[in-house]
Amino acid sequence: MEWPLNIDPQQILLHWMNFAILTGGLYFLLYKPVKQFMEKREAHYRDLEEQAEDKLARAEQLQAEAQAKLEAADDEIHDERMRAQQAASDAAQEQLAQAEEQARRIVAKAQAEAEQSKERALRESQKEMRELAAKAAKKLAARPGEDFFDQFLDLTEGGGAHEGR
Amino acid sequence: MKQHKKGLVVWLTAVVLLLIAALRAGSPGRSESVQEAMRDAVLHGTGQISLFGLKAVNPGMVSAFLVTAILLAAAALIRIFAIPRFKFRPGRLQLLLEEAVGLFSGMARGNSPHRNRFLGAYIFAAGAHVFVGTLFELLGLQAVTVHGHPITLPAPLSDVNAAIALGTLSYLVIASGGVAEHGPKGALKALKEFSLPISMSFRLFGALLSGLLVTELVYYYVALSFVLPVVVGVLFTLLHALIQTYVLTMLVALYYGEVSEPAPKKEKKKRLQAEKA
Repeated sequence: MEWPLNIDPQQILLHWMNFAILTGGLYFLLYKPVKQFMEKREAHYRDLEEQAEDKLARAEQLQAEAQAKLEAADDEIHDERMRAQQAASDAAQEQLAQAEEQARRIVAKAQAEAEQSKERALRESQKEMRELAAKAAKKLAARPGEDFFDQFLDLTEGGGAHEGR
Repeated sequence: MKQHKKGLVVWLTAVVLLLIAALRAGSPGRSESVQEAMRDAVLHGTGQISLFGLKAVNPGMVSAFLVTAILLAAAALIRIFAIPRFKFRPGRLQLLLEEAVGLFSGMARGNSPHRNRFLGAYIFAAGAHVFVGTLFELLGLQAVTVHGHPITLPAPLSDVNAAIALGTLSYLVIASGGVAEHGPKGALKALKEFSLPISMSFRLFGALLSGLLVTELVYYYVALSFVLPVVVGVLFTLLHALIQTYVLTMLVALYYGEVSEPAPKKEKKKRLQAEKA
């Protein structure tokens, strides 16, 4: 059978065979290895990206935790400071109260002592007065004819004569 | 600067001398008319070559085997020497290979997202065959016909048998995608496009043959053999190679994706109908 345009089924089949060899050869020698390498590289970079994302997520988590800890520490420090201030204030108040109490006691004691000194001085002066009076009376009694009153005054004024008259 | 001028003068002198020599040498005489040359370029009635003494075949057949041999040898060399040295930061050759593989692999994945492993390998081989086969004619390799005349080996696909083989094989590959996805029913999807093998075959044949005929015509006349072949021979061939590679692989990927697309599930269909109702 004569085919138009010099078409030859046998040559078409030979071309098929040739193309099948070419397709298989190129697939195993070039296409598959190159594609495998590209997929391997893609997987490698995907892994790297995933690792980077994981690390980033972990870092963000750590940062959040650190931030929370920092905030907690800040709160704690604030509380501690408040407590310390309160304690210091209480201690100061207590010391002030103690000092006031002590001052009050000292003042009271001083007042009492002053009172006692005053009483003692008064008693001593009264006693001295009594002794002087007694002494003067004795002297008067020993010198008759003199005015008692003037003698007494002379004695009390240190033994000089009375200048009133 | 003086050296440049000297070189230019030498080059121009050489060109003029060669032109004069070519014109004075003359031609041994036409063994065939331009009509015969054109008809022989299409039909290869007299310009057949013996294939290992077994059968007289069209020169395109020998070209196809040579192209396959060249491609496989290059692939083997690349497989042995280049691929084991591939790095994550690619060099020039690696980049070129990855671009080529990535182009066809991406084309297969883009046009046929559900089933593309075999498609990628097929269009890679088809693309390489069309591209390198088209550029093959630039080598101008010579062979001897069964009648003892010298003949320049043409692009494989300028042979109608090669074009029909690639067109029908591509059609079968497309049909196989449908069968693989839908079973025997899938073949019917491909059969709808019954004109596809004819259009693919003769598109390739016509495109490649037109280039061959124009080149034959240009070389038939000595006066047209200066400067013009650079345009029609080299630039047109490069353009042909790129365009035909893209067209064939794109069409195969497109139709393959269409016939191998999974059918929508019945439940989904029913639900959509219920929603519509």
